[in-house]
Amino acid sequence: MGGAKNFMLRLLLIAAVLAVWEVLVKITGVPEYILPAPSRIFYAMYNGIKSNVYPQHFFVTLTETLLGFLVGTILAFMLGTVVALSRRVEYFLYPFIVMFQAMPKVALAPLIIVWFGLGLTSKVINAALVAFFPLMVNTIVGLRSAEEDRINLMRSLAASRTQIFFMLQLPNALPYIFAGLEIAMIFALIGAIVAEFVGAERGLGMLIQSMNFNMDVAGQFSILLILSLLGLVLNGIVNLARRHLLFWETANTGEETANTSKKGGSV
Amino acid sequence: MSEMNRAAQAARMDSPSSTDVIAVDRLSLTYGGGASGVLALSDISFSIADGEFISIVGPSGCGKSTLLKILAGLLPPSEGQAKLNGTPIRGARRDIGVVFQTPVLFPWRTVLGNVLLPADVQGLDKEKMRKRAMDLVRLVGLEGFENRYPRELSGGMQQRVGIIRALIHDPAILLMDEPFGALDAMTRETMNVELQRIWMESGKTVLFITHSTSEAVYLADRVIVMTARPGKIGDVFKVDLPRPRPLDIMNTEAFGAYVKRIRVALNADGGLD
Ligand SMILES: Nc1ncnc2c1ncn2[C@@H]1O[C@H](COP(=O)(O)OP(=O)(O)OP(=O)(O)O)[C@@H](O)[C@H]1O
Ligand SMILES: [Mg+2]
Repeated sequence: MGGAKNFMLRLLLIAAVLAVWEVLVKITGVPEYILPAPSRIFYAMYNGIKSNVYPQHFFVTLTETLLGFLVGTILAFMLGTVVALSRRVEYFLYPFIVMFQAMPKVALAPLIIVWFGLGLTSKVINAALVAFFPLMVNTIVGLRSAEEDRINLMRSLAASRTQIFFMLQLPNALPYIFAGLEIAMIFALIGAIVAEFVGAERGLGMLIQSMNFNMDVAGQFSILLILSLLGLVLNGIVNLARRHLLFWETANTGEETANTSKKGGSV
Repeated sequence: MSEMNRAAQAARMDSPSSTDVIAVDRLSLTYGGGASGVLALSDISFSIADGEFISIVGPSGCGKSTLLKILAGLLPPSEGQAKLNGTPIRGARRDIGVVFQTPVLFPWRTVLGNVLLPADVQGLDKEKMRKRAMDLVRLVGLEGFENRYPRELSGGMQQRVGIIRALIHDPAILLMDEPFGALDAMTRETMNVELQRIWMESGKTVLFITHSTSEAVYLADRVIVMTARPGKIGDVFKVDLPRPRPLDIMNTEAFGAYVKRIRVALNADGGLD
């Protein structure tokens, strides 16, 4: 696909959908506190930007998400590596892993707020918890996916375990790890928002909550828009890093690995 | 098998001399334990003298690759043992170079990077090895491709990278598992000539597995024929042709006679695949 013509068609389609939405809302007379027209949403967005309420909440949520992502993925990579390299550790940790993987992690948010308060810490912990599993699982699968022939080659050279890890298993696992990071990034954002819903003083999630209370539906839509843009940008950053580090993968095979290895589990 | 060959084989197999680099003694290997195990090699004995070039031919699935993996220290034998310079093989050794049946390249390393892998693993001098790698790259006609990635190469080019990777650390022993199987006939002949030249210059001991009887005869001092499952040593043929052998030696009567006898032995042992 691609090409200027198709791009124009795409824009046209979006405009058409917005126009139909606008007209339908006007014709049916749905009240604004149920479904606002697009024009009202953009107006709410404009007001929010003008009165400067968004930035402080935006940066709070962004900080929570990024810190949660960092903490969660660093721990996930370390634990995933230990599990992948040691059958013994895997044997003893397996019951815990299975139990936590099946559990909807966001259900822990109320407890985490009770334990860690309304501030930044509880949001970071919740985001980290949700971001943890997709990367841990992909790290394990990726590190174990090195072909037997390649392992045999390294062994035939009398390579040490450390050398096999750094020269073969780790680069071999990178496509899986990046697929995991991509999910972890979005999951971290979800984790932060959910924790803000449960209890927070600042953040876009808390802002949605308070607007909901005031029946400011157009305002909520404007924040949803901001959140999807934020998600897109965060995802783009991971993708950029991926393309840089996975230079040997053509775009096609990269997509394939990403799709076949997206074993993220639940939020 | 002629009397002469039988005598030569007996002489070699019954009296392992002190110059034997590899000595395989009543080796057996079963894949998987218990009653469901697959007996891949059964009671294999032979030895290879220092600097000798041995070809092994045999039907598909007779255990050639398995034998090579045992000699490379990748697979412990179920029974019997294989010795290298008098000591039993336990684990991999740095003085062995292995060429596998498939190229086994790392997609994140360039051609040069793949060739240098053994040097990196063994911590050899970088500058010296780089020079050597470039010489090897030229030797197999890959100059201009040294900074490309494996996915940019044809199957035959990839296999050539796999071959010179086994030479980079200058191992005394080369174990080669059908290294030229994926090459076109022309390149294959060139590689045969080159391998003979490298072998004559370096005095390496070579174990060379192939499906091609003429390739086996062209290269080897002795050709070992293995029988179908479970793999056993069949006949052993000593090839008395002068070195260096030019390619057109393949058109001579003497050469043809060797090829014919080995084919007959192969067919008697269960046929070529
Ligand atoms: N990892 C394994 N587990 C179980 N059986 C195996 C394994 N590897 C090989 N085998 C079996 O052992 C036998 C010998 O295999 P091997 O690969 O050594 O044959 P080969 O002579 O190299 O064949 P080819 O000429 O086709 O490469 C075959 O019957 C094969 O099915
Ligand atoms: Mg084989």
